[in-house]
Formats: sequence, structure tokens, C-alpha cells
Amino acid sequence: MIFLNAFIVGGLICVIGQLLLDVGKLTPGHTLSALVVSGAILDGLGLYEPLIDFAGAGATVPITSFGNSLVHGALQEAEASGMIGIITGIFQVTSAGISSAIIFSFLAALIFKPKG
Amino acid sequence: MEKSKKPTPSQKAYQKIASKHEIKRPVGINCLKAFIIGGLVCTLGQLISNGYIYFFDFTDKTAGDPTVATLIFLACLFTGLGIYDKFGQFAGAGTAVPVTGFANAMASAAIEHRTEGFVLGVAANMFKLAGSVIVFGVFSAFIIAIIKTLLF
Repeated sequence: MIFLNAFIVGGLICVIGQLLLDVGKLTPGHTLSALVVSGAILDGLGLYEPLIDFAGAGATVPITSFGNSLVHGALQEAEASGMIGIITGIFQVTSAGISSAIIFSFLAALIFKPKG
Repeated sequence: MEKSKKPTPSQKAYQKIASKHEIKRPVGINCLKAFIIGGLVCTLGQLISNGYIYFFDFTDKTAGDPTVATLIFLACLFTGLGIYDKFGQFAGAGTAVPVTGFANAMASAAIEHRTEGFVLGVAANMFKLAGSVIVFGVFSAFIIAIIKTLLF
């Protein structure tokens, strides 16, 4: 049942983030950075892909998957075109996330006015 | 310097008093909220992803991009409407950790600094929070990719 797996795994990753915030007393910026780096490390160890197979969006929606996709893009391009691929490939997989975040944020700033 | 290495006795005494009066964070309840809300956001992502696979010609692997884009669009929309921030105060990490939190950080910074103009306000401040995520993500990915290509 992929929906249940997504719910549980996604929820647990958020709990880790909440623990870093509350118990570790980190700022949100530090917490998100730590999660992204751990996602990248997990992919480096080859552990993130199995998690995606198991939990689907539960593993791809949290910010940890951003680190995973960065490593993935870099390694894919490195395989295809050598060492320079690490530089050219880093943003290949994450382009959808970053580009849409920039575009929609800019549109939001065009349309909405700050409140309060 | 905010933190000197050796606090003077009076500073120690102050810290003792301050920590006594610090409001204890309800860690258990916060974690439960983060689990439920975060889990629901991921379930919504799975629903959207399944929808793309079912109604359009996407596969398991390619459905990720439009799903993330859709979630980011929704997060920016709700941020603009002022709903996301209220929701985020309740959910804590439950809305901050999913990719929607990344979008919310960018959109809210962009909207907030709109009065300073589009170049110096919106564009320059958009990555204020999200920038640290991108910098550390890219740098760690670079190191890991180099290690993997050289060793394996």
C-alpha cells in the first residue's frame, strides 16, 4: 500500500526535522540544510533509491530528496561525460523543483501584496 | 561576540535563571503534529503523482517532476493567500520539511520584500532562506559525486 508507506515515511522524516528544531535547537535554515546534506549522503551510500521504491512520494516530497537528486544528476552526467559531468549535471534532475519554485514565487510576488 | 568562551559567574547565574523560566517546548505534541501533517503532505504528493501516471503519459520515474512542480505551485498560491504561514505555525516541521516548505520560504521572502522593488527586493531576497539549502545541497553533492566517481 504505497499511500500508507508514503504517509509513514514522509511523516517520520518530518518528525526528524521537528526533533532537530525542538531538541537540537537548530534554526529552520540549519535543519533544512542538515536534511539536504543527509539526503545527499544517503544517496551516496545507495540507500535513498530503495527508500523511494518503498515509500514513493513519502521519500521524494521531503527536502531530503533534493540532496538525493543533486547527487543523482551529478553521477548520471559523470558517467556519460566524465568528471566535468559532476559540474554540468548537478542541477539536471532538480531543475523542475528549483525552476518552478523561482517562477511561481516570482508570480506570487507579482500578484499578492504583503500582509500585516 | 555573542558567546564568550568562559561565562563570568554573574553570567552563569543569569543563564540558570533564564533556563528556569524558559518555556518548555511540547516536543511530543510537536512531533505528533509534524508526523501527521508531514505524512498528509506526502500522501497528497503520492495522490498527485498517481494522478499524473493515470491521466497522462508519465511513468513512475518521470511523474516526480510534475508532482514536485504542482506541490510548489500550491505552496506558492497558499503562501500568497496567507494560508500557508498560519498552517505552518501549527504544523512546524510538518510543513517545513516537505518541498512545499522550500517553496513557502522563497515565496514569502519574495512577497515580503516586494515594497523594496522587484530587482533589489523580490529577486535579491528570494533565496535568503532557500539559498542555504541549495548551497549545502550542491556542495555536499559535489563532494559525494567526486568520491563516488574516483573510488568506484
